[in-house]
Amino acid sequence: MGKWTRRAFVTTGVLTGGALVLGIAIRPGNRAKKVKGMISGEDETVLNIWLKIAPDNTITVIVPHAEMGQGTHTTLPMMLADEMDADWKLVKMLEAPGNKEYANYALAKGFIMGEKDIPSLLIGTVDGIFLTATKQINMQMTGGSSSVRFTGMLAMRVAGAAARAVLVEAAAEQWNVATETLEVKNSYISHHGSNRSAPFASFAAKAADLSQPAKPRLKNPREFTLMGTSPARFDIPAKVNGTATFGIDVKRPDMKYAAIKAAPVFGAKLIPLADNAIQNMPGVLKIVNLEGAVAVIADGYWLAKKALDALPVEFGQSTHDTVGSADIYDTYLRDMEVAIANGKEEKDVKKGNVDNVFKTAADIMEAEYRVPYLAHATMEPMNCTAFVHDEGCELWVGSQNPLGFADSVAEVLDLDADKVVVHNQYLGGGFGRRFAPDVAIQAALIAKEVDFPVKLIWSREEDTRHDLYREANISRFKAALNDKGQISAWNNQFLFKHDPEEAPHIPYGVDNQNIHYTNSETHVPWGYWRSVDSSMHGFFTESFIDELAHKANKDPYRFRREHLDNAPRFLAVLDLAAEKANWDERLPENWGRGISLHHCFGTIVGQVAEVEIIGETVKVHRVVCVADPGYAFHRDGFTAQMESGIVFGLTAALYGEITIENGAVMQSNFHDYQMLRMNESPKIETHIISSENWPGGAGEPSTPGIAPAVTNAIFNATGIRIRELPVKNHNLTKKATPLS
Amino acid sequence: MFRYLIGDGSFTANYCNFKSTLLWRVIIDNNSYSIIMTNLIINGNAYQVEVDPATPLLWVIREQVGLTGTKFGCGIGQCGACTVQLDGIATRSCLTPVQAVIDKEVTTIEGLAPNAEELHPLQQIWIDEQVPQCGYCQSGQLMSAHALLSANASPTDEDIDQAMSGNICRCGMYSRIKKGIKRAAEEMAKESTLKTKSNG
Repeated sequence: MGKWTRRAFVTTGVLTGGALVLGIAIRPGNRAKKVKGMISGEDETVLNIWLKIAPDNTITVIVPHAEMGQGTHTTLPMMLADEMDADWKLVKMLEAPGNKEYANYALAKGFIMGEKDIPSLLIGTVDGIFLTATKQINMQMTGGSSSVRFTGMLAMRVAGAAARAVLVEAAAEQWNVATETLEVKNSYISHHGSNRSAPFASFAAKAADLSQPAKPRLKNPREFTLMGTSPARFDIPAKVNGTATFGIDVKRPDMKYAAIKAAPVFGAKLIPLADNAIQNMPGVLKIVNLEGAVAVIADGYWLAKKALDALPVEFGQSTHDTVGSADIYDTYLRDMEVAIANGKEEKDVKKGNVDNVFKTAADIMEAEYRVPYLAHATMEPMNCTAFVHDEGCELWVGSQNPLGFADSVAEVLDLDADKVVVHNQYLGGGFGRRFAPDVAIQAALIAKEVDFPVKLIWSREEDTRHDLYREANISRFKAALNDKGQISAWNNQFLFKHDPEEAPHIPYGVDNQNIHYTNSETHVPWGYWRSVDSSMHGFFTESFIDELAHKANKDPYRFRREHLDNAPRFLAVLDLAAEKANWDERLPENWGRGISLHHCFGTIVGQVAEVEIIGETVKVHRVVCVADPGYAFHRDGFTAQMESGIVFGLTAALYGEITIENGAVMQSNFHDYQMLRMNESPKIETHIISSENWPGGAGEPSTPGIAPAVTNAIFNATGIRIRELPVKNHNLTKKATPLS
Repeated sequence: MFRYLIGDGSFTANYCNFKSTLLWRVIIDNNSYSIIMTNLIINGNAYQVEVDPATPLLWVIREQVGLTGTKFGCGIGQCGACTVQLDGIATRSCLTPVQAVIDKEVTTIEGLAPNAEELHPLQQIWIDEQVPQCGYCQSGQLMSAHALLSANASPTDEDIDQAMSGNICRCGMYSRIKKGIKRAAEEMAKESTLKTKSNG
């Protein structure tokens, strides 16, 4: 994978080596950060996305997203190349530099401002997604399962089709024939009437002078040649021979290494150490006192870490020094009660009148669920290499949010944002963790104290204890069943609401709903964690639905079915999941089967888990996963994301638990923050439904549904209902008289 | 001289049908900052490095030798990202002091392929099966898989679970890794049959 330097960017605005550069440098002026500022410019076209054609007819697609294993560096070029009818063997990719110049600003502006310019394919999907699209594309973020459904659909495909259109126009002019008589295939344009054929490259210069169409014709799925297939990912060869460069692998001339220890209690301050504390430590160069952390710079990481561990590091008192997980839950419950009493809870969904139904309902059921804090535990611990010099600051780091990193670092160094250059690297796992610029800020502040580059590496202990956590949460339900055993009222209260909007919403037809939430203060930092709010609400809602099914004496699959009359996509997913899992087939003694259905980031996922209870614990043998993402542009990549999301969610469901004691995180490394391993990993079978709706995401949607599928299966096997994760805290020894 | 305890604990994991308990204790000597010259053989090449002999092999390979394919994951032998081979045995380089590998052959991911033009069958199959996602754990996975196949040419599912469950893949690509190992075992068996035939 090639990398752009800032210098390369500045000069590539024109042409490099005769290359045609589409979309570069057509955006004048205003580099405002916010969406509002972005839509203020004029005379910009939709086609501000990047590709270049070299004289040898290779096409380089410039992708404004980071690669963290989700395959975006391959799938996005596929989308562009397919629309362009390019020869895939001649397509390369280049990750866009982490620079505002490359934030995809005109694209979003074009779509927001000029509805008449929106390709007809996109009309009807405008509502609700464009602000999100703008936010994500313009911020050059990688997350929210967004690269295919926003950058791919709105930018890559349009850019590919527009490029094809101008190349055809150029060929038609050159050969003096009508555009309709030309055929485009494998990066060649042919005119059969005169038996002429020439590569894209021979028309590139001419095409660059033509104005690109704002709404080129896009293919329909029947015409796709690359989209929907599974070409090998570009990033994999370097990942099997050790040559892929992750942030932690960066080498710079004269680089030194730093280890860091931050206050165990979030927000506590460091009692600064004297410079001479490291005397008599050969190879140890400097102590850097930060506000809430101390760092040691040395010739090697091990020397730095060893010195840091030997130093008498102390932190000041904090108001959170006595807070524990139990206190946080108590505060949550109190805030939930107070919010209801004061009528101050935030409304999410309100329809019908739940209270009226509860007065006369045949059956009422209530339950309360809890989930703990979770850390990300990316395989590559947080790290960042920083060099502060006369020109500004350079960062080498794997980031889901390079522009955010640059902004944050510029602020703490008191520099202009364009003086901070981010050289983005491969990410050794992201999962939302690498949105936060905390490690880059530390690295910059440390590097500011010396005149050489410094690679700051967090220990695994630091990584576990100073994450930005998926929050602990409580969700309370009250529902009514009518005399047909169907849900007539649904009342749900929980804490906090971030993303995605739809996380707590149920697909089931229930006339009376009151979904509401409240906020609460904790000192534990919050961060995006794979599937964000859905990582909790999938478990909450799909467990409670299961409880209601049993209350109604109905089969959990058929009970869900009964409530999906008006949701055919959901019904199709659910039915296929049950069918592929042989839902009605008998299981051996001590086995159980559980089902779940959840929708987030535009993709509907149904899962059936088969589990076996062994002693006090559970073994998950098999997971059937059915997903309707609208369309899977890279089929194997989509399947891999389903598998990955399920293992990620299963790890959390079975083991994931960050606890707080005396204000600090108790867990530290993989021995006490356990990960699912190969021997515990289920067989996962993924089935994709192509409903050809607007595409949904891939990275996150399979994570929420695995926990309820497993806990529902545990209930099926044992009669034990798990209302608080993780499963490891429960003794699953079968009850004397199991239900069902 | 005093000794400084930086970690102490135990870890129990269910590997297949038995429990294995690992007790770990990492102790460093607070004032043993002696830097000495050490000779190493890595991937068949000889290196001379000036390091504290207590330095874990991982950091010597990455920082002094400059081979960054071997990764830091946990520092306590729990995740397998740092797996290299010592005389063909899969070893956690984060827990192995460099002084313990003098006179041993160290093999890292960079030494897995037979030469610059060719990939090891495991590497080729990792590409064919599109095994890696983020890829950070994959050097360790491949070194463990290679050690397994060297010792056991046709491993069962249980053998693979046993050999590979010390390597965490946070992207959850376990089923692809397992499939990759089985395919590699088959292809390597075919190759060796061909060789035997052509030799006979």
